This record gives sequence, structure tokens and C-alpha cells, in this order.
Amino acid sequence: MIQEKLKRDLAELASTLDGKLLRLEELPIDRKLTRFLLSRNLLKTKPALTKSFLRTRCMRCGNETPRKFAEIPCQKCNKAHFYCRNCMDMGRLMECDVLYYWNGPSAVWSKQKNPCSWEGTLTRAQEKAALRIKEAITNREKEILTWAVCGAGKTEMLFPGISKALEEGMRICLATPRADVVRELKPRLEKAFRHIPIQALYGGSKDKHKQAQLIIATTHQLLRYEKAFDVMIIDEVDAFPFHADPALPFAQKRSAKRNCTTIYLTATPREDLKAEIRRGKLTHVFVPVRYHGHPLPVPKLKMWHSLNKELPKLQSSNPLLYWLLNRQNPKRQLLVFVPTVERAGQLKTPLTNLMLKHKLIHHPNQLGSVHASDPDRERKVVSFREKTLKVILTTTILERGVTFPSVDVAILDAGHDVFDEAALVQIAGRAGRNSNDPTGEVLFFHDGKTEAMLAAIYAIKQMNKRGGF
Amino acid sequence: MNCLWCEEERSRHIGWKNFLNLMNPYELCDSCVSNLIFLYETPSRCTKCSRESEEKICFDCIRWEKQMQDDPLLFNYSIFPYNLFMQEIIAKWKYRGDYVLGELFRPYIRAAFSKKFGKKKKELIAVPIPLSEKRMDERGFNQAEMLAHFLPLETKTAFIRIDSEKQSKRNRRERITAKNPFSLIEKINTPVLLVDDIYTTGTTLRHAAGRLKEHGCPSVYALTLIRG
Ligand SMILES: [Zn+2]
Ligand SMILES: [Zn+2]
Ligand SMILES: [Zn+2]
Ligand SMILES: [Zn+2]
Repeated sequence: MIQEKLKRDLAELASTLDGKLLRLEELPIDRKLTRFLLSRNLLKTKPALTKSFLRTRCMRCGNETPRKFAEIPCQKCNKAHFYCRNCMDMGRLMECDVLYYWNGPSAVWSKQKNPCSWEGTLTRAQEKAALRIKEAITNREKEILTWAVCGAGKTEMLFPGISKALEEGMRICLATPRADVVRELKPRLEKAFRHIPIQALYGGSKDKHKQAQLIIATTHQLLRYEKAFDVMIIDEVDAFPFHADPALPFAQKRSAKRNCTTIYLTATPREDLKAEIRRGKLTHVFVPVRYHGHPLPVPKLKMWHSLNKELPKLQSSNPLLYWLLNRQNPKRQLLVFVPTVERAGQLKTPLTNLMLKHKLIHHPNQLGSVHASDPDRERKVVSFREKTLKVILTTTILERGVTFPSVDVAILDAGHDVFDEAALVQIAGRAGRNSNDPTGEVLFFHDGKTEAMLAAIYAIKQMNKRGGF
Repeated sequence: MNCLWCEEERSRHIGWKNFLNLMNPYELCDSCVSNLIFLYETPSRCTKCSRESEEKICFDCIRWEKQMQDDPLLFNYSIFPYNLFMQEIIAKWKYRGDYVLGELFRPYIRAAFSKKFGKKKKELIAVPIPLSEKRMDERGFNQAEMLAHFLPLETKTAFIRIDSEKQSKRNRRERITAKNPFSLIEKINTPVLLVDDIYTTGTTLRHAAGRLKEHGCPSVYALTLIRG
């Protein structure tokens, strides 16, 4: 009897702790149990920072850059220690800190029967990719890239593969760069896998201590895992910050189990991935058509000579106004992208006044602006979705991950450095997302063409061509 | 060298004058420096608490004077207003524990000190406002102590602090009437400069000043980074 109970308790603990790498304060068990598990070698520790002759390394985020460490006087040890400045938002780690990991029997996850409760159907293009992804999981392939245009319906394409993994008793993590996207995906996956416990992890989420076979997380949260997942789905693999922060690829690699299958998703692969595809080093499946079967809107370039001089005030007649007055479908909502937060702040009032004057909006509250550190971002996006906001003035923060049914898109100063090829393709991909309004206008206002603009238009046309248009 | 706050490279205009500056690892880049806003100087600040004010003594301080027969705090001098940028820096430095960020303030603390207290340099003793033991364990360092060590003064630990609950969760009334959390562990018989990161209602500093004066300290001033 006691043996049985012990076994059950151990299994329970394993499913809570196996695959995690945590600070003492993060352990979901009390101190007494922690001490007991440590004494039985079921829980082990390793130093948070390692120091060798030449370099210091953070064992949580992999940081080795000297300037990303600093010194702090430690009260406990009475001397100065290094601490890692790179992963501080998950709690400061210094030299005398340790990270805890499970050393008992591995967690066993259920082999779920008929886990998928989704009743929709996939288009032919989606199905082809879905089957390929499922095959990759079945065969335990190391990695596969799914290159699907904006609006291809990539989440649904994952369902057969996720089902297969759940049937096999695998643990799955879907990682995406933005918390917004985690919040959006959670209800969709809960509907599609009604009986499967799903955990959503992002900074500030309340799901932290649950244990689930299927996890949706911001890529950042992977820093708390080690050898945890059989299947990893890395969404928007080209996106900031996954692309920019070396800690994230490090965490991704570490949180994978040895036989893990990694599925990368992107609409705009960076040059390095494309090169790997060309060299035959990276298997990929391409989805060139949107789920509704219509081609991608091709952006139009609009020259605006004195753009940088005229933008701050927006007084006289200008190319933007001319377009605004002559849109094909004036009922569509409007996304206006600008390169910087300063520009958004500067333009808000003049653009509101201009649109009021020409009766394009009827109240100043119909135009809102958002940026990355805007505390009201979530609410404004909801108002736009509910159509109380007609126009959003935004930085690149809304370039991906968010979907609105019927919008036109304009970029002001499309020649700015922040608008690289991937950003431009993503922004253009905001238009024509819904089958009720599958087209939409995309305008790049600029004061001189850039490589990026031309490359983006070329890429979009190429994809349409591959899609048979 | 990179900016201590935004991590941007800050080697834009290298000249001899800037060279030494660039070698200082604790500097901000030009763009972050331009985000640092300073409090108005007199006559647009209250001479008593540094709050932005058209009057020489602000409404807040008049209220204090009515409330206490003999205000133990002579005056407080602050450097920055609590704007968004400052809130972000403080959050990362103090609450998330990025100790080194405090170094940003060294030159500003020193400059404010020599301007406002330079003449009293020989007699003053710096006393940082302590943290309770619990807070100290959580954060690993006392931000006020770090600031005090930037000063060209002898620093003394005069009190221990026993907090009942978190300050920021109480309203003004509750804070002002709260029990004095400081117990003196060392009497000081020379003038004292209290050092803290933020002056919010002034209660904390007055509690500390009161304790010092009860035990024979002749005069108490305060230097704080921010006037909240
Ligand atoms: Zn780290
Ligand atoms: Zn230590
Ligand atoms: Zn900076
Ligand atoms: Zn005042």
C-alpha cells in the first residue's frame, strides 16, 4: 500500500518538476519537501553562474557577454559576486545562487485517445502541410520548416501533428515571441483539444504552477525548461526577439529532449534559413496560398518627395490624403504604420485633424495609436476589433500575430531602416485576411525606393506565382 | 562601451574630451541622457521639499508644519521628478535588483550634494534610510545605502527598521499616522544628511529625522534622488 502511494506521489512530482530548471523561489513545492527531495537525490542543484579562467556563463540564459554581467555585494557571503543582467526579469541570478532540477523517474504523459475536437476542415494546401508535419513527428525527424504565407491558417495545420503527438504520449510546447499571441492561441487550442490540459505561459500569466502535456509559451519562458519536450513548435522563427537574442535559441535547444522534433513556422524566413533550404540542409514544406484561396495583396509604392518635412504637420494636400480620399473600399478600417514611437506621437493629432476635416472619421476617439510599451495596447487592439476605433497609428509592434478581418494598410516612411523585407511582407500580410473581404490595399509611402521595398514586393509576387495566381 | 540602460553602442563622437567618458562603463548614451528630466530649480520648487511649486513653501509642507509643532526635517533636496523613464529605471534597479544601474546616479548625487550641502561637508554625516530585514533579504541590497556611498561623507547605520506592511499599499493618511518603524542603534551628535531614493509623502524621512532628534542630533537634512 505505502509502496503504491509513494509511486503515485513520485509520478505526481515528476510531472510537476521533470523538465524544469528553477530558482528556489520558483519551485512549486514547500521547503520541507524540497529538503527531503534533495536529501534523496531526487532533486539536484547546479550553480546558476559558472566561472572559468576567462569567462563567466549564466546557466539559465547562456549569456557569456562580459558587459552583460555586473557585480553586486552579496549580503550572505559578504563579498562581491557577478550577476547576470541578461535574464533579470526572471529573477536575479548571482554566483552563489543555484538552479534546481528533477533527478527522479521521468514524467509519464498520457497516451490520449482522439484528442482533437476540432470540427473544421483543412484546405488542400493546408492539408498537404499538415500531413507532412504529422509525418515528421511520427518519424521523429529532427526539424522541419513550415513556410506559410501570412493568412495561410498555420494554426489549423498544426492540429493533426499535435493530435498525433498527444496520442503517442508526447509533451508538446508551442513557443511564440509575443504574449499577445499566447493569449490569442490559448482559447483556440482549448477548443480544438477540449479534454487536454493546456498551460499558457508568459510574463504575468497565472498558469505558472499547473502541469500540462501541451504548453503554449512565449519563447522567453523556455529559459525555465531543460530536456522537457518531445515536440517543439517555434512560431515566427524569424521574428524579434527570437532572431535578435541569442539566449532564446539557447533556451530552445536546451528545453528539447534528445529525440525532439522541432517544427519552425514562418511567413518570412530570413536569409540564413533560406540558404539552408537551398543547400538541402533544412527540410521544408511550403504553403503558398491563403486559406481563403485568394492571392496576397501586392503593395503599391507611392513617392512622397518631402515626406520627412511634411509628415510632422500633415497640413497641405499630400499623397496620403489623396489616397485616403480615393480608397477602393472606404468602409475598411485602417492600419497606419510609422517607424518610431516619436513619429506616432507626433502624427497623432495632425492625422486626426486631417481625417476629421475630410469626414474620414467623425470623432477624434476613432483614431488611436499604439506602441510596444503602451500599457493600453491590449485594450486598443480590442477596440479596433470591435470597430470603435477606425484607425490605428502603430509602430511595427502590430506587424505580425494580429489579425483583423477588413483593413487597408499604409506605411509612412517605408524607406526607414526598421522596415526590412520581412517587416514589409508581414505588414502587407495584414490586409485581405478574411474570406468576406479577401483583398485590401497596401501602400508604401516613401521618399526614395529601398532594396527592402523592392525585395518585399518581389517576394510577395513570387509567392502568388507559386500559389498559382 | 554601451549605454548602461538601453545597451546601444555609445561611441558616436569620439574626441579627446569624450574619450574618458567613453571608457566609463556606467554611462548613458546621448539619447537616454536626453530623457533625463531634472526638477525645476528655485523659484519653481518648494524650498522645503523640492516639489514643483510656484509658492516658496508648498501646500504639502504647510500641512506638515501645522501637523507637527516642530518639523524634525529642515529640508529635502531632490534631483529628478518621478516621470515614466525614472519609474522604469527605478523598477529595474530597485525591484528587479539590477544593482549596477544605481551607478548612473553617482554623478548627479555628487553634483547635487556639492551644490546644496557642499559648505556643510565637514560636519555632516550621511545616514541612509534602512530597509527592513525582510526587504533586504528579498532585494539583496539597500538602494539608499548605495546612493549614500556616492557622497564624500562618512556614512553611518543609525537605525534598524521594522515594517508592519508595504508602504506603497497605504494611502497618505495611513502612512502619516503609521507608527515610527525606526529604532535608533547609534546616537549621532552632529548634523545628519538622510539619504533615500524617493521622497513621496515625506513620512519616512520625518520618522527617521524625529528619532535622531529625540536623541540629541542638532539638525537633519535629506537628499533624495526623486521627488515623487
Ligand atoms: Zn542569465
Ligand atoms: Zn553570495
Ligand atoms: Zn541609452
Ligand atoms: Zn514642499
